[in-house]
Amino acid sequence: MEQTLAVRDLQTHFATPDGVLRAVDGVSFEVAPGRILGLVGESGSGKSVTGFSILGLIEPPGEVVGGSVAFEGRDITRLPEREMRALRGDRIAMVFQDPMMTLNPVLTVGTHLVETLRAHRSMSRAEAGRRACEALALVGIPAPAERLDAYPHEFSGGMRQRVAIAIALLHRPALIIADEPTTALDVTIQAQILSEVQKLARSQGTAVIWISHDLAVVSALADDIAVMYAGRIVERGPAREVLASPAHPYTRGLIASVASQNQRGQRLRQIRGMPPRLLDLGAGCAFRARCDHATAACERAPAESAFAAGHHLRCFNPQR
Amino acid sequence: MSTTPPALEARGVSQVYAPPKRAFEALARRLGAAPPPKGIQALDHVDLKVERGEVVGLVGESGCGKSTLARIVAGIRKPTSGEVLVDGKPLASLAGREAVAAKLRTQMIFQDPYASLNPRMRVAEIIAEAPRLHGLIRGSESDFVDRALERTGLDPSFKQRFPHQFSGGQRQRVVIARALAVNPGVLVCDEPVSALDVSIQAQVLNLFLDLREQLDLTYLFISHDLGVVQHVSDRVVIMYLGRIVEEAPTDEIFARPNHPYTRALLAETPRIALEPRDFNPISGEMPSPSNTPAGCHFHPRCPYAMPICLTAAPPLETIAPGHRSACHLNKVPSPETTEEIQE
Amino acid sequence: MSAVIAAPARRRLADSPGMQVLRQVARSKSALLGLVVLAAIVLAALFAGVIAPQDPYDLTQLDILDGTLPPGSKASAGFTYLLGSDPQGRDMLSAILYGLRISLGVGVGSAIIACIVGATLGLIAAYAGPRTEAALMRLVDLQLSFPSILVALMILAVLGKGVANVMIALVLVEWAYYARVARASALVERSREYIEAAECLAVPRWRVVARHLLPNCLPPLIVIATMQVARAISLEATLSFLGLGVPVTEPSLGLLISNGYSHMMSGKYWISFYPGIALLVTIVAINLVGDRLRDVLNPRALK
Repeated sequence: MEQTLAVRDLQTHFATPDGVLRAVDGVSFEVAPGRILGLVGESGSGKSVTGFSILGLIEPPGEVVGGSVAFEGRDITRLPEREMRALRGDRIAMVFQDPMMTLNPVLTVGTHLVETLRAHRSMSRAEAGRRACEALALVGIPAPAERLDAYPHEFSGGMRQRVAIAIALLHRPALIIADEPTTALDVTIQAQILSEVQKLARSQGTAVIWISHDLAVVSALADDIAVMYAGRIVERGPAREVLASPAHPYTRGLIASVASQNQRGQRLRQIRGMPPRLLDLGAGCAFRARCDHATAACERAPAESAFAAGHHLRCFNPQR
Repeated sequence: MSTTPPALEARGVSQVYAPPKRAFEALARRLGAAPPPKGIQALDHVDLKVERGEVVGLVGESGCGKSTLARIVAGIRKPTSGEVLVDGKPLASLAGREAVAAKLRTQMIFQDPYASLNPRMRVAEIIAEAPRLHGLIRGSESDFVDRALERTGLDPSFKQRFPHQFSGGQRQRVVIARALAVNPGVLVCDEPVSALDVSIQAQVLNLFLDLREQLDLTYLFISHDLGVVQHVSDRVVIMYLGRIVEEAPTDEIFARPNHPYTRALLAETPRIALEPRDFNPISGEMPSPSNTPAGCHFHPRCPYAMPICLTAAPPLETIAPGHRSACHLNKVPSPETTEEIQE
Repeated sequence: MSAVIAAPARRRLADSPGMQVLRQVARSKSALLGLVVLAAIVLAALFAGVIAPQDPYDLTQLDILDGTLPPGSKASAGFTYLLGSDPQGRDMLSAILYGLRISLGVGVGSAIIACIVGATLGLIAAYAGPRTEAALMRLVDLQLSFPSILVALMILAVLGKGVANVMIALVLVEWAYYARVARASALVERSREYIEAAECLAVPRWRVVARHLLPNCLPPLIVIATMQVARAISLEATLSFLGLGVPVTEPSLGLLISNGYSHMMSGKYWISFYPGIALLVTIVAINLVGDRLRDVLNPRALK
């Protein structure tokens, strides 16, 4: 079966007064229909920039300088803006951390949905209104017919995010890219949204890329996990595999530092040092300054290699 | 029974925000137009005790009032009613030097490391300002600042830098150093690591644990992250919409959660799981504090709500040693409900 | 104890927020140009006594027979009238240089004084009770609802001409902008955590306002002050042009333009034209710097 999305060696650079910032530096992964990929990383890891790069939303001083993005078999990396716009909102949708990035505060929720519908298909307003109502019901918004006339500020944060997801789902996209959509929401609301996304992905066969810094959320939701550090994917594979037997020292460190994985009252196992400045990266493995297992070999950047079935690694000293 | 008074205590603390009186609205009301404005009750008769040397974890979602409570016990805000006691003495009754000393006893660590440092002051000045004003520096100020920075793992040679030259984790260390510089006994930490990267969170949490041992500190630790709370706290307090709904020693509350809200929180908090899990979230959202439901605040979302829950607010009662919960279900010993609780 | 952690090594110790701002302003080419031109203008005005071939206020140096000479003509005293001379025989270049002094002095001076007065009142409004705040803000609204030129004219009609009176008029016209901005800024900063931290540390109220609040309310005030200098200069020029501003013995650029106005039709353009150019260049330079400053100091734009 064809992959919904296949990213090969993607590179996105930003030109800053202090030098070239390699925000995404050779990222490769695939997402199959109906599968959820969790893209995990801390701030500065390049996970959000990856999402934007796939959608062609990188603006100067940033630029996608290398690699390819194949969507349903078709290379969309160098697609002209007009065709990209036809894809966005129709076949590929994005959900942001702040729903107000999607929602225009002066338009009603109904207008958002109807406009999105009619932008990609020709249909009557009545038909669009009906579909909009269905979409709101699908994401669990009570009394959808009345809520169509409400403005974004009349919804709570969690509801707004559901509206944003409803807009994303309108045309039954093949791929949804969600960038930290539940980070700003409470635990109980987050659980509701995760539940909806899970159901929808399974029932509609939508591929989902869920970008987050929260390993716990990703572990509960994702089928596959890719861990990013300083612009590169350092480990990726099936979620169970990566979480049960993490091989990269960074992944191991990240899992070990989560409070629930440590003994109560004892010091948490921590990764020493700080995330690197992307401008100071240099040639070798970006993690070696903080790694307890670094050797002389790590002076050269490791290429991605297969560690186990479907489990890929970028490391000279994988841990078992 | 210990005779030392609790390091920090809140008694019957309520915080009501009355809407500002506007001249036109008063006029409109007189003409019969608008209904009388409702205040926002952020806190509703909260009783909280933090004993000397313990770590109390305060958990709740946005709108539950935990940040307001934190600021009230830290002395930054005055409650609309109720009182705050520091080492057994009511804050409001103190004056002059005693009041200042009591205020310095309780220091606050804030959530946002970017907003809690004055961007126009150098780190050395940030740390030394209060101790200097209150005459707490013995010896040279420079040495004082050096020691304060070293205590939180920062290099003293950078004390002339400005906050924007440090990373988030380092800034949080500066915030901690500033708080410790006035020799507090209690630290009120409002989501101190939530805004930091995951790999830095562990470092800062370890710093909190180390400092507690070295300096014999007492913590009120607020977090929405149950994993963190479970790790550092001796006792856990759960808040919902301005009220405490349950409190118990950590092991007890995680093993035998009693209040339906607590159980929902525990069930829905994602943990690193090896199996993809199905979510069964509770429905609905926390109501806005300006529109609190009558009776038990949680009844609109509670799967076990009974008629009494709509009218009467359940009192916080002891159900096991050290374990208190505010739920009407605890008073009904009938077989069906006992079964539900054991579910 | 956890390991000592080093801060980023590349920044210099003198990296105060002020220096950072200056560097960022200078990054824009137009703002840099504005800064350079402004620096040149200010230096020229300061050293007018050294640069100018003639002291235009010293009546003994003037020779009426040298009056209204076109640019490039030679004076009887020996120097060249680079920009021509006015009917009294004043060298235009000298007059412009000295006039710049008055214009800049009045503009900058009134902006600074208005800033101090307005910001103080604005901060008081932010901290005082609701009645005081309401009263002050209604006063501000009242002030701002009148066109500034009208207010200035009324004040000068009462006070009479003179540099000091012009400055008083300008201050009374301008303080309201600063008050409004200072109050808004103070309301935002007041609820920020570092202010809460200072209160938690029992720092006395006055010090919280002076050392914590005020420096952080400055950015929007500085932007306004920069733009207000330009406004003040042009307002003063207008008043002087109308004959209600500075006295004839200390002409500012506005008065010079006014003096030469009647000669424009007879082809003796240089008496109005060159002071006009000087005024234009000054105001444009200030606006270029002010625009860039506003972008740099805008917290959202920086992200």
